[in-house]
Amino acid sequence: MSEQIANGAVLVVGGGISGLTAALEAAEVGKDVFLIEKKPSMGGRVAQLNQYFPKLCPPSCGLEINFKRIKDNRKIRMYTMTEVKSVSGSAGSYEVTCVTSPRYVNNNCTGCDACTEVCVEERDDDFNFGMGKTKAIYRPHEMSFPMKYVLDKNACSADTLDKIKAACKYDAIDTDMEAKEFTVNVDSIIWATGWNPYDPTKLDNLKYNESNAIITNMEMERLAAPNGPTAGKILRPGDDKEPESFAFVQCAGSRDENHLEYCSYICCMASMKQITYIRERYPEAPIYVFYIDLRTPGKYEKFREKLMSDPNTHFIKGKVADIIPESDGVTVVAENAVTGEKVQQKVDMAVLATGMEPAIKSQAAGLGLDIDSNGFVVSNPATGMISAGCAKKAADVVTSAQSATAAALKAIQAGK
Amino acid sequence: MDKKYGAYICTGCGIGDALDIEALTGAASEHGMEAKTHEALCSAAGREMIEADKSEGVNTFIVCACSRRVMQDEFNFGDDTITVRGNIREQAAWCKEQPTEAKSQETIDEYTNEMGADYVRIACVQAKKTELPEPYKLETTSREILVMGGGLAGLTAAREASKAGYKVTLVEKADVLGGKALGWVKMFPTKAPYEDLEEPTIGALVAEVEGDANITVKTATEVARISGSPGDFNATLKAAGTDSEWDAPFKVGVDTQDKIDKGQMEDPNANFKHYMADNPDGLKIGSVILATGWVPADVSEYEHLGYTDNDKVVTNAEFEKMAKEGKLAGVNSVAFVMSPGGEEHDQDFPYANSVTSMVALKQAKYVRENNADAKAYVLYQHMRTPGNMEMFYKGIQQDDGIFFTKATVTKVEAAGAGCTVTAKDTLLGEDLDLDVDLVVLAAGMVPTTKTAATINLAYRQGPGFLDLDLFDGYADSHFICFPYETRRTGVYTCGGVRKAMPMDEAVDDATGAALKAIQALESADRGVAVHPRSGDLTYPEFFMQRCTQCKRCTEECPFGAIDDDEKGTPKPNPTRCRRCGTCMGACPERIIGFKDYNVDMIGSMIKAVEVPDDDEDKLRILALVCENDAMPALDMAAMRKHSLNSLIRFIPVRCLGSVNMSWIKDAMSSGMDGAILLGCKYGDDYQCHFVKGSEIANKRMDNIGETLGQLGLEPERCAMKQIAITDYDTVPAILDEFVEEILALGPNPFKGF
Repeated sequence: MSEQIANGAVLVVGGGISGLTAALEAAEVGKDVFLIEKKPSMGGRVAQLNQYFPKLCPPSCGLEINFKRIKDNRKIRMYTMTEVKSVSGSAGSYEVTCVTSPRYVNNNCTGCDACTEVCVEERDDDFNFGMGKTKAIYRPHEMSFPMKYVLDKNACSADTLDKIKAACKYDAIDTDMEAKEFTVNVDSIIWATGWNPYDPTKLDNLKYNESNAIITNMEMERLAAPNGPTAGKILRPGDDKEPESFAFVQCAGSRDENHLEYCSYICCMASMKQITYIRERYPEAPIYVFYIDLRTPGKYEKFREKLMSDPNTHFIKGKVADIIPESDGVTVVAENAVTGEKVQQKVDMAVLATGMEPAIKSQAAGLGLDIDSNGFVVSNPATGMISAGCAKKAADVVTSAQSATAAALKAIQAGK
Repeated sequence: MDKKYGAYICTGCGIGDALDIEALTGAASEHGMEAKTHEALCSAAGREMIEADKSEGVNTFIVCACSRRVMQDEFNFGDDTITVRGNIREQAAWCKEQPTEAKSQETIDEYTNEMGADYVRIACVQAKKTELPEPYKLETTSREILVMGGGLAGLTAAREASKAGYKVTLVEKADVLGGKALGWVKMFPTKAPYEDLEEPTIGALVAEVEGDANITVKTATEVARISGSPGDFNATLKAAGTDSEWDAPFKVGVDTQDKIDKGQMEDPNANFKHYMADNPDGLKIGSVILATGWVPADVSEYEHLGYTDNDKVVTNAEFEKMAKEGKLAGVNSVAFVMSPGGEEHDQDFPYANSVTSMVALKQAKYVRENNADAKAYVLYQHMRTPGNMEMFYKGIQQDDGIFFTKATVTKVEAAGAGCTVTAKDTLLGEDLDLDVDLVVLAAGMVPTTKTAATINLAYRQGPGFLDLDLFDGYADSHFICFPYETRRTGVYTCGGVRKAMPMDEAVDDATGAALKAIQALESADRGVAVHPRSGDLTYPEFFMQRCTQCKRCTEECPFGAIDDDEKGTPKPNPTRCRRCGTCMGACPERIIGFKDYNVDMIGSMIKAVEVPDDDEDKLRILALVCENDAMPALDMAAMRKHSLNSLIRFIPVRCLGSVNMSWIKDAMSSGMDGAILLGCKYGDDYQCHFVKGSEIANKRMDNIGETLGQLGLEPERCAMKQIAITDYDTVPAILDEFVEEILALGPNPFKGF
């Protein structure tokens, strides 16, 4: 199948906050936009966040406006479960082949939920980083847009598939659906492919795999979220214990030449924010933050000052050397850089402030992208290959929105 | 448009099981609509049924099915048609209560059917009261962009707008372009491996802008005032540093004007042209980019750092100048002090925002490059080199003449020809007395908007942005999600006026601002709203004959869209408008409305609710719900199979700011027993998409309480709750609690009158 050629169109790869912003800002000037997202729903990483710092407001609020803008804008053609397979051509005239994976649920889906009621099989909930399960036919999360179900066919028995088909009154289940390839002709491509949390199992000394008491900061977002695996309660995975003490391990991978040599920009503020999550549920629990520097600049200083005035929250300047799994919790080992003391702190839960790694890193070469030594996409407006948000550099939401808005203009210029 | 109606009731998604469809079609026929039913209206067959009616001339479709948040495309039958949605799925079928001892299944069925029928009635009335929008068109739209400020951000914005094909006038108050960057010796690294300082590129940028035929550069020039509105601004320019009768007038509110009129105070605007005066010699522009940058912060308040009386203590800006002018001879040791708090706190200087950490790195390098034997000491509480700047930090650390330590600097004193810096809590395991030739303080970058109006608008609400104290003086209104939005439509800011930021970020920021400026004037040209109701074709229309010049609309508009004439008659500026409807909510005469959203329409929808006047159990409570956050939360509650109280009737509104208190009176006079407003959080961390809407609604609700009291009704019958989009699990209980309070008060005593 081939989409009709839209003159002067732009392809935006990635439906997170940067991709959404770039697509909308360009379309609202009048540009035709193809917006593709590899996941079944839009929103990317921010959809997984419980709150934004420093306002502590829900990201789904901002996403809701953006989704409404998309629904209202006919300049945007949106494709979920879709990735770029190949790019050919050159500046001003790219032919991009995209592949849409089968959702096994067609557009007839009304979101009525009758299918999940008859589905007995479950699958790991990737939206919640494997903490918890969903039915084999599912919506990625409550606020997922588009509001359509997805079927994980491999997780289903033939019997269940039959039952699901029978339960759907709208003929929306199509188990024969196949991957669909299509090409788009565009004059520029905005790569807004975002980031993945750095793989904590690569950090040998932090023993992520060896204790259920060690979680990542993104897992903490899901644990604190009302639509997360513990309905926002922050319970320890595995034994559902209410933790009585917490440690934050900053720079878990970042600022480390063996892992990520850059600073991941958001982790300090993310941990500050997560301290507020804990405080809301565990007002007295001791919290220990192990850091190299607290990068809470500018207007974030006030936010940090408030948290640091809490007598039960302790800030220790020192990089964590080791985490020792215990039968109930872990012991965090570090050296206080100011006093020189060795610190051994037993806690019920340790949160690794893992950094961000560009998601496109491993595929970049095959797509002809210019990447730097860390895998970030170098923006090259002259060739119509433009990067935005965390595909370009580690950044927070505000900076990503800035860079995505800039990318939209670069795409418009490329069409001139 | 001659409307011909078609009403449709979907029985799919459990609607047919939960509701008595006959009762629903009956409700439609009360309003003269013969509703057709279908088992899946959104399916191809369902839509074909509707399309068939369209070909018979139906142009106004009443679709009673799911929430309007979903299936928007499916029920869009073309630009020349109207679709009104009645939400009988999420708000009736899916939120049906579970039977309890107090409520039998039979009672619940009956109550839920009444809910469903009311939503059908409401939708029918809405369809009758809505009209197709016609966009507001300016006579002519200017496609030129005014950029204020000729520094890095302003130059970039001008260049980028030009590259996209737009004309630009760039105004700079200095005699030359370039701004602060002209004084830089080197720049931070902007590309991998991010280790080496780079030569300044500002000269090339200035040359590029000066040679650009699309860009008119006006140096030694300032903006006296900007009047008008997006697509049709009128800018008066003047020689920098001069006064002009066209300078932007101060805000004169109702109270001030009263005092002036009574001779109790002088008119501050006596020497200025009236704010509504039109300068025939002004420059016509479509939108504005404010890039007036920053000024170095004053650091004299930190007495222990000795800036005021020790000439060996300088700021980073002053040190840059020394380096630029080659005045580092004899400077063999320099201490860079990052944090001024001593033992009180470990924050950086205000307005530093991590840029000063990087500046210290850069300047430490100058010290070393100037003299290979010189030493630089960077004394920090927290080294702030985010993102790729970490590699810059790491690179600088390789220089064995630059020393870094965390340090609590408690004192800087003159000693010999230099200074002694005293510090505690260092990484050296001991307190520090450091003798250096020079101390450099990492002073912050204060946005120009902190101390002056800067943008100089000739608006009824005054020349500057509003409530910038919430943003430390930075020109912002929606920190986080929508960084470009200010409280003034068509005006976008970038660079240091928005945030202390390094060069590469300023370039991105300026490029983004250029996009927003282009978008604003193109939207004005098309007659559509900009963010957040992007593309909305409606705009507020005023029935002036009934206006009493009360000025509430002009005062309350969060975006300053409404001016007024000498008599006080409002002058709406539709292209400044964000379409929140706050003016409509404010107007006591109910003369402001949109084609598809107005006082009469919502009032009629409220009156369409059937209120039993002889059943003490069947109270009726109105909920006016913000469509941005509270409405999705209610939808989500239903999807999560929560029950919503069946005595409540939900009506979505654009923003709580648009709620006209006459609607509460309408509800009460039609016998409803209570009214609740559900909207976004207000206050310093407001989440209202229109900034002030929920806050204003809350104030109005205080007043309506008094009004009800005068009528002999309990003020407690009205309430407002702040609901976030994620409150879907808690909102049912919040509503139940309110209903309990109303039940305790008993029925509205005026019921049935």
